[in-house]
Amino acid sequence: MIAWPAPAGLALALFLLGLLGLLTRTNLIFVLMSIEIMLNAAGLLFITAGMRWGDPDGQIMLILVLNLAGAELALGLVLLLRLRSRLTTLDGDSATLSRDAP
Amino acid sequence: MTLLWAIPALPLVGAIVLGLAGPALGSRMSAIIGTASVGLAAIIAGCIGIGWLQHPPPSGAFVQTLWTWVSLPGLTVRFGLYLDPLSLLMVLVITIIGGLIHLFSTHYMAGEAGYSRYFAYLNLFVAAMLLLVLADDLLILFVGWEGVGVCSYLLVGFWFADPANGAAAQKSFIVTRIADIAMLAGLLLLSTRIGTLNIHDLTTTSAHWPRGALLPEAAAALLLLGGLGKSAQVPLHTWLPDAMAGPTPVSALIHAATMVTAGVYLVVRLHPLFMQAPWVMHGIAIGGALTLLIAAGAGLFQTDIKRVLAYSTMSQIGYMFIALGVGAWSAAMFHFLTHAVFKALLFLSAGAVTMRLHHEQNIFAMGGLRRPLPLAFICFLIGAASLAALPIVTAGFFSKEMILGALWAAPSPALWIAGITGALLTAIYSFRLVFTVFFGRIITAPSGTYGIRILLPLFILALAAVCIGWLETPGFLGGNHLLSAFLRPTNGTGAAQIISPLIPLTGCMVPLLGVSIAWTLHRKGFWRMQAHRAQTPLAGFLKSACGFDAAYRALLVWPFLQLVAALRYDPVDQVSVWAEQAATALHRRLRATQTGHLRRYAAWMMAGAVATIAMVLFA
Repeated sequence: MIAWPAPAGLALALFLLGLLGLLTRTNLIFVLMSIEIMLNAAGLLFITAGMRWGDPDGQIMLILVLNLAGAELALGLVLLLRLRSRLTTLDGDSATLSRDAP
Repeated sequence: MTLLWAIPALPLVGAIVLGLAGPALGSRMSAIIGTASVGLAAIIAGCIGIGWLQHPPPSGAFVQTLWTWVSLPGLTVRFGLYLDPLSLLMVLVITIIGGLIHLFSTHYMAGEAGYSRYFAYLNLFVAAMLLLVLADDLLILFVGWEGVGVCSYLLVGFWFADPANGAAAQKSFIVTRIADIAMLAGLLLLSTRIGTLNIHDLTTTSAHWPRGALLPEAAAALLLLGGLGKSAQVPLHTWLPDAMAGPTPVSALIHAATMVTAGVYLVVRLHPLFMQAPWVMHGIAIGGALTLLIAAGAGLFQTDIKRVLAYSTMSQIGYMFIALGVGAWSAAMFHFLTHAVFKALLFLSAGAVTMRLHHEQNIFAMGGLRRPLPLAFICFLIGAASLAALPIVTAGFFSKEMILGALWAAPSPALWIAGITGALLTAIYSFRLVFTVFFGRIITAPSGTYGIRILLPLFILALAAVCIGWLETPGFLGGNHLLSAFLRPTNGTGAAQIISPLIPLTGCMVPLLGVSIAWTLHRKGFWRMQAHRAQTPLAGFLKSACGFDAAYRALLVWPFLQLVAALRYDPVDQVSVWAEQAATALHRRLRATQTGHLRRYAAWMMAGAVATIAMVLFA
């Protein structure tokens, strides 16, 4: 039995760190980075779980998550470029075009 | 006689032309079309009448079937016209008096807004009434019946700019409509039981029904209710005094030629059915007597010249209904004929008086008009004398005498007493009107002049009101029975009555007594004092025709209005309104969360995810 609580605790710490970044940062680049951190936390947890139960599925899921993260990042960056050309800023709090108009 | 279809068709065409192109034709052309269409119908009716007298058809009736209107299994309705002495008499009265009223109206309504509209309505009115009396089938009769109701609504509310006139029009429409529902139920009953509504088939079938059985009683009672509404008899009479809101020639038309006599006609037309319903016949007689007395009592206290005449119509039609109730069909039709003449005369001369007084209708604002308006005075006097049934010289005397004779022959003396009391009251109130309006000192000076179009109808009607009574005279005055003989194919022969000479003598004396009472009270200034003195409760009760209006308002109108007020904001609908309001309120709260802030959305998603996991773990 390999010790699993330490990597799991690391994954939790990473996830909370990403969440904190997501909720507090206004710059959308940092928001994207925070999301990446959270995805990596999820990936780390998959590997830890695979290690804990001796199952390779965890590693397969990590590869899936990495692919997902890459795709998401590509799309996210494109959207950020469009946003920047439109609003001339990357401030997430001022990108409120989808709000309910008063 | 093959031109029979043209009699109702001509006024109908006139109404359509005037209704569609009226304002474009100008007032002169409208008057010509309106009068000529009815006048032509009158000429055709006159020719048919002369032809009839020379060569009456052997069967006693002439049927002209035009087309089949409704063809259903179990019920076929043919659109046909049925001419027999009864409908011929009605047609002659309607077209001739209607034509004279049209002629009078061309002057009376001159310069009014809606001149051609007026003649369109008037023509339609005459056409509907002609269809009613010529109908071969009760369903066709019902079409004319409803047409008459619609036209009375349109004409009573002719000056619709005043809401009071609109209310009067609605009242006349609604009250007669209530009666028409009963009539329609009667028609449905007959059509389901017999399978035909053809009047001739119906009367021959119903003559074989058991006398006093449920079916004839029920059918007769339902049809009678319809007739009571149209003829303004108690308890459905309340619309008639209010119908005075219309122009005066319209009142003349409603009271003399069309509308109110429809109920009398219906009963006479279906008298074989009514004879099998003795209870209904008793009801007719009692209702007629009640109407006669209530309306005569109300006539004594009215201050509006037209309302006096309106109540006199109710009371005279009450006479006709009493006569129907004792089976004196020909007497009722004779009184219809004389009443049509003298009531048209009274209304037209009243219109002729008021148009010279700037349409002042309060009789206490008139007075002494016999010197400035001698012609109108003579015409009105002849009409009032005929209404009061002054002996020998007036038409009303002969017809009322015939009815009183028939009432004396009836089993109960109460009807005769009611009739003779009514005759006394009639004489008093009609001469109260004459003395107040035409005698004494002049209060309002008249202005203007009369044209030939006013005077000609008045003269013809006045002449007729004097002469027409000699068609049918009591035994001691020659014993003519021209009208009864003419109506015999329809009405059959009445039982020969042996009446002691005291009865006609009483009938002669009572109107004279009434006139002398009216004269005495006039000399003492009693009538004038009515205008100033405070009303006693009894007088108020009689003036309102025994408070039927107030009773209906309390018993029917008020609860209905309460119900309307309660249902106005539909209580059932409130449930869906609440649902809608809840959805709107929720929507208002939720849209506040749509801030567009990415971070806030993320926080909520996180909170939702945590909550979901917590529920899955701990539930």
